[in-house]
Amino acid sequence: MDAVLQIAVLFVALAVTWRILGAYMADVYSGKSKWLDVLERPIYRLLGVEPKSGQSWKRYGASLLIFSLVSLLITYLILRVQNLLPLNPGHMKAVTPALAFNTAVSFVTNTNWQNYAGEQTMSYFSQMAALAVQQFLSAAVGIAVAIALIRGLSNRGSSTIGNFWVDLIRGVLYILLPISLVATVVFVGQGAVQTLSGAVTVHNALNNVTQTIPRGPVASMEAIKQLGTNGGGFFNANGASPFENPTPLTNLFSIYLLLAIPFSLTYTFGKMVGSIRQGLALLGVMVFFFVIWTGVTIVAEHGANPAVSAAGLHSQSVGNMVGKESRFGVSSSAMYNIASTQTSTGSVDSSMDSYTPIGGMMALSGMMLGEVTPGGIGSGMYTILLFAIVTVFIAGLMVGRTPEYLGKKIQAKEMKLASLGVLIMPMTVLILTGIAMVVPSATGAILNKGPHGFSEILYAFTSQGNNNGSAFAGLSSNNAFYNIVGAIAMWLGRFGVILPSLALAGTLASKGVVPASSGTFKTDSALYGSLLIGVILVVGALTFFPALALGPLAEEFSSGRLF
Amino acid sequence: MTKQFIRSVLVSLVALVFLGVGYPLLETAVAQFAFPYQANGSLTSYGSMEVGQQWGGTKFFHGRLDPYTPLATGGSNLGPTSKVLEQQTKKAIDMWHRLGVNPTEELVTNSGSGIDPDVSVQSALVQIPMISKARGVPAATLRNLVRRYTIGKEFGFLGESYVNVLQLNVALSKLK
Repeated sequence: MDAVLQIAVLFVALAVTWRILGAYMADVYSGKSKWLDVLERPIYRLLGVEPKSGQSWKRYGASLLIFSLVSLLITYLILRVQNLLPLNPGHMKAVTPALAFNTAVSFVTNTNWQNYAGEQTMSYFSQMAALAVQQFLSAAVGIAVAIALIRGLSNRGSSTIGNFWVDLIRGVLYILLPISLVATVVFVGQGAVQTLSGAVTVHNALNNVTQTIPRGPVASMEAIKQLGTNGGGFFNANGASPFENPTPLTNLFSIYLLLAIPFSLTYTFGKMVGSIRQGLALLGVMVFFFVIWTGVTIVAEHGANPAVSAAGLHSQSVGNMVGKESRFGVSSSAMYNIASTQTSTGSVDSSMDSYTPIGGMMALSGMMLGEVTPGGIGSGMYTILLFAIVTVFIAGLMVGRTPEYLGKKIQAKEMKLASLGVLIMPMTVLILTGIAMVVPSATGAILNKGPHGFSEILYAFTSQGNNNGSAFAGLSSNNAFYNIVGAIAMWLGRFGVILPSLALAGTLASKGVVPASSGTFKTDSALYGSLLIGVILVVGALTFFPALALGPLAEEFSSGRLF
Repeated sequence: MTKQFIRSVLVSLVALVFLGVGYPLLETAVAQFAFPYQANGSLTSYGSMEVGQQWGGTKFFHGRLDPYTPLATGGSNLGPTSKVLEQQTKKAIDMWHRLGVNPTEELVTNSGSGIDPDVSVQSALVQIPMISKARGVPAATLRNLVRRYTIGKEFGFLGESYVNVLQLNVALSKLK
């Protein structure tokens, strides 16, 4: 009952800010909002950017790629020489080359897959200036691509889709930074740590326990980690650590931060294309999946843990508490992990690897749908638009008419680009999982035996291919294979979708608008929404069902067998 | 191309200074001013209220089955069909039975952080007969103590009702 109330409160909060934040973002990216003009002007002058001048999709894409490569290099360099840099009270050594490369790719692609434990590996400077900076920038890149694609749909006969530098800077300055500034204070007030002093050693005379407790600038990273759907935490335990996520209130607040921008972008979309109902249709699809996936996971986790039952604890009235925190319990934990996997965030407040087979499968299958429920910051929006275009094409085939989306004719070129954007992720995930299963150093990293071991590898590549970063963390993936191949998965999963999306934005922007006729398929209707749900489900199920059958389903139906 | 490269470097430098250093330093200043206790780790003379500790024996309330090593946080990651998890849980159940306690889920499982500072109210209540016997304190007194230190669901519906084990044990040690 509390779970239902919690979801209701969450949705009321999201509904209230959906319109406000969505309209604000539309104003920011159309240049109407100017309250931070003083800060923004000098940056444009420094860069030599004329904010009103647009870029073609090729120039936009090239700017984005070059910027991401430079970000990668800088992040890599900081990690490699962190031992020589200031703010290293824990005397952390330089990060090894393969791990630094993997981590840099991971944070630049908004994945935040972590092959390291923060408290044992990263200096404060690396956490602040290498990793958290990318949490801002990669998030702003994500929204920029979504906005560029929306402009492609709303511009008519135009050769430009906006200016990457302006979109990047406005995203950080107007949206991410102000919200993070406030959110950090909320986290600290509830008990999160925010200090530059090093670890502290404490002694308790009652039980004669001595502990060394690592600390750091945690809360400032926590805010952007969630808001930017990044997910990379300061500590290895991520959102389970009381220093990152101290109370049930910060738990719900985190969930809100994850969902706020991805959901609100549907309003931004509606406003920019001149019909809020178009945005509502996409929002409806996202919410449909999100509610079902959350509900099933909560129910599954309230069930008993098979291994704990086998050990003799027959009455598990609370549910599966393995890997879950006492203050959150089952429902709040399941909500957090589903919200974070469905937004490509990947932060966890409980061990994903220890979820029941069905609970773990919901997180996994949600990612397999392509991260559109609602998906990551910006990435959820541009990916669902690719699905939306595939859907009008399929609907067009049924009635034998050239399909249109928002007045733009969808022809061979658009369909090729949309299909490429939709299919690159499943191909990356399945091929790399297949390769991993025959490489000894990859299968040797498995912690849990039996079908669950296969799930660990499938989950790793699904997570990285979707730029999620969540993990079945039993997998010891800090080795050469996972550092290199994982980086390939993250890079393809990010730019393999971004480039077709921008190309699509370019070709759509150049088109004129076909006036709607009686034969036009309405894309703001419930019928269209159901079709879109069907397409997302069919694409996901057809590609991934066999893999799910070998992993979580085999585990669920192993009828009490332990491995 | 060169122009975009130079712009990339410039944006990165601006971001490094303002987002990488300015933002966390400003937040640290605000946090240290407004919430110094929380920002420094909720430290007391017994340890941090946010970091659980290992409690053995029969005279104190125990927490989760965690290793409680704050320098290496995280869960056990053992899967739901793991034989290792079964054996580990069986060992924990046997330990509790030897102490005369019928354990709850929390008392025989690892948490997600490995340093869970809390247990559910029920998990504290089931330990009362053990502590009552070891300390010679009436069970009713201990039940009152648990009730006094129960942290209810936030706003009545968020998370669970729980007790902070360190807070409870400090109070227990001060009982007359």
